[in-house]
Amino acid sequence: MKAVWDRGDFFIWLTGAALALSLIMVTGLLGIVLKNGLGYFLPEKVYQYNLNDGRSLFVQEKETEAIPDSSKKSSEERLRIKVKKGNRDIDGTDYIWIDKDSIKSKKDILTVVVIERLEWGNFHGQVQEVNFGDKSPVVGEEKAWSYLNELMPFILGKRKEIHEIEKSDIGKISHKIESIRLHLKKLKLNKNLTKKDQDEADKSLVELRLKNDKFEEDLTSLREQLKGYVLVKVSDKVEQKIQLSQLVRVYRPNTFGFLDQMLFSLSKAREFIFDDPRESNTEGGVFPAIFGTVMMVVVMSLFAAPLGVLAAFYLREYAKPGPFVSIVRIAVNNLAGVPSIVFGVFGVGFFIYILGGSIDQLFFPERLPTPTFGTGGILWASLTLALLTVPVVIVSTEEGLAAVPPGIREASLALGCTKAETIFKAVFPAVMPSILTGLILAMARAAGEVAPLMITGVVKIAPSLPVDAVWPLVHLERKFMHLGFHIYDVGFQSPNVDASRPMVFTTTLLLIGIVILLNIVAVVMRNRLRKKLSAGGF
Amino acid sequence: MNKDKTETKDRAINISIKAKPSSQESSKNAESSNGNNVAVNIRNVMFYYGDNLALKGIDMAIARHKATALIGPSGCGKSTLLRCINRMNDLVDGCRMEGAIEIEGRNINDPNWAVNELRKTIGMVFQKSNPFPKSIWENVAYGPQIHGVKNKTELDNLVEEKLKDVALWDEVKDRLDSSALRLSGGQQQRLCIARALAVDPEVILMDEPCSALDPIATTRIEELVVSLKERYTILIVTHNMQQAARVADDTGFMLMGELIECGPTDYIFTNPSQKQTEDYITGKFG
Repeated sequence: MKAVWDRGDFFIWLTGAALALSLIMVTGLLGIVLKNGLGYFLPEKVYQYNLNDGRSLFVQEKETEAIPDSSKKSSEERLRIKVKKGNRDIDGTDYIWIDKDSIKSKKDILTVVVIERLEWGNFHGQVQEVNFGDKSPVVGEEKAWSYLNELMPFILGKRKEIHEIEKSDIGKISHKIESIRLHLKKLKLNKNLTKKDQDEADKSLVELRLKNDKFEEDLTSLREQLKGYVLVKVSDKVEQKIQLSQLVRVYRPNTFGFLDQMLFSLSKAREFIFDDPRESNTEGGVFPAIFGTVMMVVVMSLFAAPLGVLAAFYLREYAKPGPFVSIVRIAVNNLAGVPSIVFGVFGVGFFIYILGGSIDQLFFPERLPTPTFGTGGILWASLTLALLTVPVVIVSTEEGLAAVPPGIREASLALGCTKAETIFKAVFPAVMPSILTGLILAMARAAGEVAPLMITGVVKIAPSLPVDAVWPLVHLERKFMHLGFHIYDVGFQSPNVDASRPMVFTTTLLLIGIVILLNIVAVVMRNRLRKKLSAGGF
Repeated sequence: MNKDKTETKDRAINISIKAKPSSQESSKNAESSNGNNVAVNIRNVMFYYGDNLALKGIDMAIARHKATALIGPSGCGKSTLLRCINRMNDLVDGCRMEGAIEIEGRNINDPNWAVNELRKTIGMVFQKSNPFPKSIWENVAYGPQIHGVKNKTELDNLVEEKLKDVALWDEVKDRLDSSALRLSGGQQQRLCIARALAVDPEVILMDEPCSALDPIATTRIEELVVSLKERYTILIVTHNMQQAARVADDTGFMLMGELIECGPTDYIFTNPSQKQTEDYITGKFG
């Protein structure tokens, strides 16, 4: 026994066990997220349930559990099934529990159709009739189905046109109208408003309104072209008309082969990554949240990296070591441990109210009382996170600086370089890998942080991205969406918890993916630098 | 004590003058233009680390275009003296220098002579080779680039010339872009010499340049010193007396912060005038 102890086997086991435990926990977490998240993209079969009470439902089975029942000690336990039945517009619910005993029969009907809509969630049923425009209705299940499939590209194309006009053309006009209004108000504030200005403004306003009306007409005619409905049968008693303009995707999951499933998943994944959310974020995509997260991290890095690096250079290269420098160093280290919500409160108090408020009064007085910078926005959120992550950058840069061999500084000085030249030409490249390490940690932290963002500019649904075609292209004052907040919002603030649950896992998966991607980019950059700098031949 | 010092000073100067007839033809040009052959003149230099007197009044004249060795036991102040010449000691807190050091007649503490300009004139090679963690090319081009050379061809030529000067060109010409840290210890040290040469110094200070190298690498550095002294004034600190004997024209022996004796190497090693020098050279202490 003593021999075993002396050989140190116990320590090998102990350290190995610790590593194994960590790995198990991490892979377990990732596994759960992966399993639940990826399921979102797969098509599910739809069954027809005929219940004992005479109702007939088209459902997707989600999970089965035993009904807890302590009174009866029967050997057979009763089961209940959680199903997604869709058709929320008919009776107000999406997900219900059904006792297995109350199911009379369960059928697998090939022709059942799942209809994804802009509102009210999915609809399950059998297509009876398609009524489009002035043409005569197409009746009969197969005929109507193939006609509907023919119509889908047309519907989606028209809706895209409508969306374009609403978003860009009408958006531009309202932006112009708003800027004319602000211009007038500014002149009024400065008491420079002349009759001529007023007339010019009125004239252009009239022009703009005319243009606006023209676009509105276009919209109406486009909407007119989409007029029509599809009649869907749920049971003998229940039928529903669904407007064609509401359709997003129609498919028959029960007929899917492997290839169809793959295509469906790809189309779902594309929608998830590139589209805007629908139905209070429980459906559609998360593109604005992805964009907001990445942009916030980038803006944060632009502030945190230079600030942290310069501060670390001062601390290590210029400041005379002494108690004061030690206190500063300890304070910086402790800053990394301050709860992030505290930074958020500081961000609101200092950045938004003091800085933003002053900016508004100095540069945008005509817009008041509507705040421009004096409210949460991506700039303030990024700055708050920069404050939060700057200690990380400082600490790792300082460690890097301490590890730079003093010979390098001496060699550079002996070549007749000034101290500044030495620091920026000789020391800085040598410490670059450490700076990147710090930045990687900072980015990972910033991308996952939610609490301080909730009060400095993140919103549930942002009307527009912080970057668009309107001058000056980048709008740092705008509110934005963020994946971390999206998870919180969809998971815990959603009116329809069951519908949003898959979305939570999928978004988590995406957030993890983005953090990993950002890290990989930084790690690859760092390794290339290291390889260039180091002696190792690998 | 004071009298002693004056004596030392006189002797040092005498010796350098004595060494004059034996100097090489190559130094004649410089002599004729400048009137004397002293490149670095150290006059009564006292150096303090805080209250600790490290150099106790050094007087020494270092001949132009010759290699001068400084020998002595550890802690005798050889390196301190060396680092006084290019003011590297300025970087150490709480130290100060008294006396004067002149490079080609110009005081190193002249307020009109910026310390970085001074250091451009005086190259330095350190005990531990310290190439920058950059490519070989960037290491050599570092000094000239910072001093304003931008032309790529000019830099390329310069890099090639200096690497040839240190006999490293043939070994690295195919991998100028790879990291300098991948070179062997001896190659790194020669690269550091090339780097120092690249800013065109007049004087090169070498602080035990071979102490971390194997005998073969040492031999190459020594050959290099011999070949470089035709164009540069070299001051080399060494622990290795054979090395001093092999490379140096003049040798100074230091002990406890004092320059005990300085003169032509042959003279110091064969016929030292001081008992301490003789004891050290014969290995009685140190």
